[in-house]
Amino acid sequence: MSVQFVVNGRKVEVDPPARMTLADCLRQQVKLTGTHVGCEHGVCGACTVIVDGEAMRSCLMLAAQADGATIMTIEGLSSDAELTPLQLAFKKNHGLQCGFCTPGVLMTLHALLTQEPYASEERIRDVLSGNLCRCTGYIPIIESALEARAAYQDQARSAQA
Amino acid sequence: MKLPDFDYHSPTSLDEAITLMATPNARVLAGGQSLLPIMAFRLAAPSALVDLRKIKGLDKIEITQDAIHLGPMVRWRDVERHEGLAAALPLLTQAMEHVAHYQIRNRGTVGGSLAHADPAAEFPGIAVTCDARIHLAGANGKRVVAAGDLFVGPLETCLQDGEIITSIELPRWPQARRWAFEEFSQRRGDFALAGIALFYDLDGERRAQNVHIGVIGATDRPRRLPGAEAALNGQALSDEVIAKACAAACAEVDPPTDIHGSAEYRRSLVGTLLQRALVKASS
Ligand SMILES: Cc1cc2nc3c(=O)[nH]c(=O)nc-3n(C[C@H](O)[C@H](O)[C@H](O)COP(=O)(O)OP(=O)(O)OC[C@H]3O[C@@H](n4cnc5c(N)ncnc54)[C@H](O)[C@@H]3O)c2cc1C
Ligand code: FES
Ligand code: FES
Repeated sequence: MSVQFVVNGRKVEVDPPARMTLADCLRQQVKLTGTHVGCEHGVCGACTVIVDGEAMRSCLMLAAQADGATIMTIEGLSSDAELTPLQLAFKKNHGLQCGFCTPGVLMTLHALLTQEPYASEERIRDVLSGNLCRCTGYIPIIESALEARAAYQDQARSAQA
Repeated sequence: MKLPDFDYHSPTSLDEAITLMATPNARVLAGGQSLLPIMAFRLAAPSALVDLRKIKGLDKIEITQDAIHLGPMVRWRDVERHEGLAAALPLLTQAMEHVAHYQIRNRGTVGGSLAHADPAAEFPGIAVTCDARIHLAGANGKRVVAAGDLFVGPLETCLQDGEIITSIELPRWPQARRWAFEEFSQRRGDFALAGIALFYDLDGERRAQNVHIGVIGATDRPRRLPGAEAALNGQALSDEVIAKACAAACAEVDPPTDIHGSAEYRRSLVGTLLQRALVKASS
């Protein structure tokens, strides 16, 4: 089955079997292995990508359902040369240890803070309930998110001006 | 696990979808947030998936004078963002805040939730409590069933093979109606161990009338609690009346025991949640 989508600004055409999830298609066919697959049944959030501006679990989406979509994966967050404020905040605050959950956490936070740059700490905690991390104990993740939030607010202000 | 193999269809009209659903063991695919997990567990292995995403108009929210009409493809996210729903049916929007996690809310739908019929899911509980009417279409034509008749058991509905939920109709409310929703889950966004949705109207002497109480999580399907309702109908809500209703509620549920909680715990939780809900609704 032919499926076309735009991923990280690049148009791709793939030919996934019907049963292939978007997560597996991104990893195996598009060769973007930054998206991680943990549980394969919607519980851990490691596979989170941004589809048409909204965070979604790519293990609970068929590749076929992404036909025509615009997708962002962790590889699309920054150019290789420079980290974004969100990534810098994670580096500074030890928001990751093994890094397995990190692509999903960053995609979730990027979608949230882009849509809601003034999200409260409670809202951020609530949203992160959909991402499991076995290493950090979550506190450094929340601290990183709160620090990065200011950059999304600046961006929203300059977009308005 | 990887999904079992199937044929994938994405029809652009409801008629086409109904025709495709005649394939033996075909299933509708809506948000996929329940169906794909159960397929990954091999609890379901449909021969074909009929994806509703390209059929126009199934994601509409319409508020008329008498009713709220939700298309089956309305997502949790759409309910959360809609301008008029919170004022028109506050019990619905409040309860929907408890459904699943951020990413799942961007795909999960109201129609999928009804058809999946998880006994702990919030929306089926609201549909039963609020006397929703479920519109269905299939090869044998259209029909309407009351939400109270839709659910047969855990993950089981009265939908016939190939039938598709096309719309959910919830009656509008009088402004002054009293209501509350309470649930308990172990983590934010998890399925509830138990939950209570209720509303009633007050008559001229501030007595509760038209009491509707629905329970989720503590029974094999979402259902009303007629014993507790009878204890409240025609009464002014005092501590004593509330205690009687809670005792009736505990006596009329038959909760399951599983790794998340024992039957006794869930039974007692039903009473506690009903008490909290009644205090909230009456204050
Ligand atoms: C980690 C996790 C946590 C969750 N927590 C909660 C929670 O707390 N509360 C809650 O309520 N839900 C929860 N859910 C479930 C979620 O809300 C689902 O989205 C919802 O139950 C099903 O909707 P869907 O659109 O994804 O349906 P799908 O998965 O696409 O379909 C589910 C079933 O309904 C059938 N179906 C779908 N649409 C129709 C239709 N129009 N007509 C006929 N049949 C149809 C399908 O064939 C399938 O059998 C959770 C899910 C996950 C993965
Ligand atoms: S791999 Fe998708 S949620 Fe765990
Ligand atoms: S950093 Fe290891 S799981 Fe989160």
